[in-house]
Amino acid sequence: MSIILYPLLVLGGLGLLFGIILSLASKAFAVETDPKVEEVRSVLPGANCGACGYPGCDGFASSVVEGKAPVNGCAVGGKAVAEKVAKIMGVGAGETEKKVAVVLCQGNNSKAVKKYKYIGINDCKAANIVSGGDKACQYGCLGLGSCKAVCKFGAIEIVDGIAVIDPEKCTSCGQCIKACPKGIIQLVPYSQKVAVKCRSLEFGKPVKEKCSTGCIGCQMCVRVCPAEPKAMQFENNVPHIDYEKCINCGLCAEKCPTGAIWSILEKKKVEDK
Amino acid sequence: MSLFTILISTIFVNNYVFARFLGICPFLGVSKKTETAFGMGVAVTFVITLASVITWMIQKAILDKLGLEYLQTIVFILVIATLVQFVEMVMKKTSPTLYSALGVYLPLITTNCVVLGVAILNIQEGYNLIQTIVNSIGASVGFGLALVLMAGVREQLELSDIPKPLEGFPIALISAGLMSIAFLGFNGLV
Repeated sequence: MSIILYPLLVLGGLGLLFGIILSLASKAFAVETDPKVEEVRSVLPGANCGACGYPGCDGFASSVVEGKAPVNGCAVGGKAVAEKVAKIMGVGAGETEKKVAVVLCQGNNSKAVKKYKYIGINDCKAANIVSGGDKACQYGCLGLGSCKAVCKFGAIEIVDGIAVIDPEKCTSCGQCIKACPKGIIQLVPYSQKVAVKCRSLEFGKPVKEKCSTGCIGCQMCVRVCPAEPKAMQFENNVPHIDYEKCINCGLCAEKCPTGAIWSILEKKKVEDK
Repeated sequence: MSLFTILISTIFVNNYVFARFLGICPFLGVSKKTETAFGMGVAVTFVITLASVITWMIQKAILDKLGLEYLQTIVFILVIATLVQFVEMVMKKTSPTLYSALGVYLPLITTNCVVLGVAILNIQEGYNLIQTIVNSIGASVGFGLALVLMAGVREQLELSDIPKPLEGFPIALISAGLMSIAFLGFNGLV
């Protein structure tokens, strides 16, 4: 009997004793962490996307409390989270307008011409290696969904060979922007109603041959822009909208001969073209 | 065996790293900077000495009395693991700088064979309590010495022109081997 009992008692007893000592020690030597870190962490989205530039939400929370990171540093949480964090920290949130990612290409399967049939890994980066992907236009969306794969919020859908981002679900974390091998995803203000959805640096006929909705560089949009000073700037054969100056009148989208400028004001009209 | 002989013997002649090849993991892992090497040496000294005393007492008072010598390994590991946790807590509270500098190697002392090796050898050699304490201090000082010496060598290696395939760990292992040979010179001292 004692052969079994003694080892059990000795090991069990020692284990219990050490357990008690350790639990007492953890109370006695508890390191006090700033309770604010916990609070800030609890209001963050918790996706650990890293868009803030810190290692996960925990890293961001402690940096905010240490004063190294701005209270509105969480792009994903946007204004709501910034306000909560600011409240915890006791400072003003500052102005952060929600931004959403937009794919600057409308060359879907019916509009863009393909130069070859791509059969390979279903990934934009892989397709891009094969002479820039299957679309004749080298600036267009490949539609294989590399951005969709990295989106943690399910905001991206591939519709007819083009990635489309749902502005309601988008949190502007920027992961898709990093994933896109073509670099055609851009953050625009949520309230922005007009965007130039073409990034082709080519001019005139070559654009027209490759895509029916590409920007041919006619500069009509620049001429009609009523904003003072003009919000539309023409550079490298493609117009750029200065979102701070843009008054969202939608005139450029209306006048664009190829429908390369997209506007939710005139959405129906643009699609008809 | 006099206490002084035990001390000299464990530090130089039977150095745990160079002669017995125990504790090689932290020896290579923490020997990149002299500062952290010294910190690790101090932490290990503390753990080894305390662990040896406690394990010696448990061996004599419980295991030997009850004829449970076969439980030696598992009981010693229990003691060491608890001690390391304890040291970690104390260090986190009193010296956060050292705590973050040692990083993952502090919990690694838990599974460090030097600590268990010293504790078991103390029993095997039949030391009494005083001899155990001296032997433990000698062992950990020897370990710390090896660590600091190696860190010094590696800091120099950082600046020297090393053939590409030997950069980093390979050259560290070669220098460790050379140092081990150098320590062979102490053979016959005691």
